[in-house]
Order: sequence, then structure tokens, then C-alpha cells
Amino acid sequence: MSVLAVSDITIRYGRLTAVRGVSFSMNEGEIVFVTGPNGAGKSSLMRTIAGVTPAASGRISFVGDDITGRAPEDIARLGFSMVPEGREVFGSLTIEENLMVGTGMRAKERGWKARAATELEAVYETFPILKERRNGQAGLLSGGQQQMLVIGRALMTSPRLIAIDEPSLGLAPNITDQVYECLIALRSQRRLTLLIVEQSSARAVMIGGRMILMRGGEIVLDGDARSLGNSEAIQAAYFGYEDH
Amino acid sequence: MLQIVFDGLSLGSLYALGALGIALIFGVMRLVNFAHGDVIAFCIFALLWPSTDAMAVVFAGQLPWYLLVPLVLVVGAGLSVLCEILVFRRFRRASPATMMIASFALGFVIRYFLLMLFTSRPKSISLLPMLSQPVEIFGARLPLLQLITIVATVVILIGLSLFLRRTRFGLEMRAAAENFSMARMLGVRANRVIMGAFALSGALAGAIALIFGSQTGTADIQMGASIMLMAFIATVIGGLGSLAGAVLAGFLLGGASVVMQVVLPVDARPFRDAFVYGAVILILLFRPQGLIAARGTKERV
Repeated sequence: MSVLAVSDITIRYGRLTAVRGVSFSMNEGEIVFVTGPNGAGKSSLMRTIAGVTPAASGRISFVGDDITGRAPEDIARLGFSMVPEGREVFGSLTIEENLMVGTGMRAKERGWKARAATELEAVYETFPILKERRNGQAGLLSGGQQQMLVIGRALMTSPRLIAIDEPSLGLAPNITDQVYECLIALRSQRRLTLLIVEQSSARAVMIGGRMILMRGGEIVLDGDARSLGNSEAIQAAYFGYEDH
Repeated sequence: MLQIVFDGLSLGSLYALGALGIALIFGVMRLVNFAHGDVIAFCIFALLWPSTDAMAVVFAGQLPWYLLVPLVLVVGAGLSVLCEILVFRRFRRASPATMMIASFALGFVIRYFLLMLFTSRPKSISLLPMLSQPVEIFGARLPLLQLITIVATVVILIGLSLFLRRTRFGLEMRAAAENFSMARMLGVRANRVIMGAFALSGALAGAIALIFGSQTGTADIQMGASIMLMAFIATVIGGLGSLAGAVLAGFLLGGASVVMQVVLPVDARPFRDAFVYGAVILILLFRPQGLIAARGTKERV
């Protein structure tokens, strides 16, 4: 069964069309990279799936529920966890508080406190630096640590799918490598379904998985990242050879 | 000397509580709620029967304090939540300027509703009369009320701060105040947080109404507006959205007003407020972001 199904989504900001008739679906456990140059509509698409920006038309369903036009908190409660561009840590909260914000949605379930505590320990085990600084202000962390914090924060909600918008943004290459190592390890440990947005297709080609390439608000390629590789098609999508 | 300190603290308490009520709502929805002052006025009039006489016909005002205080707090919280549901909810996606104008309009609606029932004449009431006896502390004679005002304010501030730091709901409110859309993406319910902020802010308005009503012994339709103005200035000086800043600036303003009243030459005293506002301008020239800049006010989309 597909976890996420996006069909014929169009997003407009005033007269500007950011995304035009995009459709794709993802299966449980899949890793999908959405790549493409600046302004391709990747982030708009993510924000619409998360319920932050309304779509002009089209439907989105998540684990069988129609989530088109639903509030972000409802979508999050279904198990869609979004790590937005620029990370958006709660800078004035402590690291532990940041991690705990997302556990509130389970507060009506029995034994959620114990489960949240277990989850917290698991996140601390994955990212020991967060445990070390648990009572420090999150705003004082470095970019790479903040990226780990928001991934941990997403994990704390026990999600079905984590969507991450540009995890490499503003990070040094070796830090980006670390972040991806953690993601890949987490994915195999927890059988996570991952939707990752990156500008460059290099990371997708390196890691493997499926790649959806967007340009000008449309999907131009959708296939296995490795076999697409550095094909002409990718070059064309980024640099627009077909226009000449 | 001690008298000045206590005067400053008790006036500052009013401003601090008012500023806190504004800052709480501004924190979660970027709304400067100018109807807040009229909620304060409403709380006092809720204790009276509608009438046009100069002497107030007391209705609930005669209740013993342990019933009176919760009643007024609940009235404030209830009206405030009602304002949110009926009015501000429709403006969630509107610009801050639009919301501010809506809050002005709502304030006038509340004020004219009171005007219709009670006329514009201030009414004398005696709320909690046992509080007007003086007590002697460190050789100074102070009205018991002043002491209670200060103690009550401190208790409210500590309680609110514990609530925000120690409870799940408080955590959600602080997260939402810093980055509302991110908090929602983590499952924090927007309506719940905003209604919570309005309820807290309304209860604070009730507390102010009680204190101010028993201090002045009058119920005046305009009374909220004067506190509201000072409280709003306090939130701006404190750094819009910063709760600690709002409280600090509230006490500073109260202190400054009282000190100027004493220090200024007799001829200049009628212009006290001009001096206070002058000081406000100076502070804002040097720290335009406020004394304690709030996080998340700049990058909000």
C-alpha cells in the first residue's frame, strides 16, 4: 500500500504557479529524494503536503486518509513528520523541551509518558551530543547539532514518514555526511520511510533509492537514482538544454 | 521613602499584569489586542446590575472574596475566549494590522455595550472593603490593599511562570509563541493554544479589574483604556512578545510614574505623563527591539 499519494497537485501564490500538476506516490520503507534546481517547487510541495500551504487543486492522501486541506497538526497526528527547510528549532527552549514538544499529541494514549521517556533515551543514544547538552538552549547549538536535534524531534513523534527539506543547507560537507550516516542508520533500524529534498542530485546518486527530479514546478524525471546517475536527462533538467 | 517603593510596586503590578495579558496573546498570534482594556472594564461591570444610577447596584460584588475572586477571573477568561471564537478566529490568516483594527472595533463594541447598560457615568462601588484598612510595616502605614496587590501579583507571576515551564500545555504555548507553524507540524493544536492564551489573558484582565476596582472604588467604562495604554507601552518597551520583558517594563513604568510624581517640581507634576512618555521614547531610541527581545518575532512568515 502506498504511504503517501500525491495526485495532480497545483500550488499557486497569487498569480505565480509554483507547482503544476505534480503526482507521485511512495511505498512503506521507501527512500525518495526530491531534487531539482532552486525554484523548482520542491519546498512548496513539502509545505503543502504538511498542510502549511493550501493547494490550489489536487489531492493528497496519507496512509489511506485524504489529507488535502487538513490542518498541519492533524496531518502530524497521522504520523507525517516534517523537518522544514532551515531546521526551525525552538531556539529559546532547551534541547530536551524541543524534543518533547511533539510527544504531546500522544498525551491521551495510555502510558505515553513511559513511551516518551523510552523514545527520548533512544534519541539520546543516536545523538549523544543532544544528551550532553539536554538542558542547554537549542539556539546555541551549531548548525549540524541543530539538524540532529530536529531529526530527533521528528523521531519523537513516532512517525510513519519523515520528510526532510534540505538537511544539508548551511552545513559543512563533512557534517552533512554525518547527518546522512545517521539518517541511513536510522532508516534501517526503524524501517523509516524517508522523503528527502535536496537541490543537488549527487547525494541521491551516492546513497541510492528513488529520485524525483523537479524543474519549473513539474516532475521531469522519476526513477532509480543510480541508474539515472549523471545521465543527459539530469543535465537537461538542471540546465535546461532542451530549451536551446 | 518606603511609601514610594510600595506605591511604585503596586502601580507597576497593574501595568505588569496588563502588559502580560497583551504579550501572551501577541506571542501566539501576533495580535496586539486593544480590546484587552475593555475586557478589564467588563469584568468590573459584570459585578453590577445594569442601571443608570450613579450609585452602583451591586449584584455579585457582595460575595465573599473566595467566591468573588474566582468569579471575576472566570468572567474575564470567558469573555476573552468568546472574543477569540467569535472574532479573532476569522482573522487568523489576516495581517497583524488587520487584526489590530479588528481588536479596536471589538473593544468599542464591548465599551458601547457597557455604555448602553450602565451609561458613561462612573459609579462608586466598594469592592472588598476590608482591604482599605491601613497596616503598619517597617514603620510605614500602608493600605492593606497595596500589600495584597503586590503579593497577589507576585503569586500570579510565579504561578504563570511555573505553568509555562512545568506543564505540557505551557511547553506547547512557548513553542507556539516562538514558531507557530513548526509547533503545529509537531501536532500542537492551534486552537487549543490560542484559546489557552486568551483564557489566561482574560483571567489576568479579571485580576486587574479587581485590583483597580478596589483601589479606586469606582467602576468606569474608560478605566480599562488608561491601563491598556500603559500596558501596551510596557509590552513594546519590554520587547513585543517577551513575557519577562513585559513584566519588567510594567514595573519600570509604574516605578517611573511614582518617582516622577515625587521628584518633579510641583509645577511640573501635572505633566508627569509627558515625562514618562519622554523616557519611553528615549528607551526605544536606544533599544528599538525592547529591553528583552523576543525570539521568533522577526522570522515569522
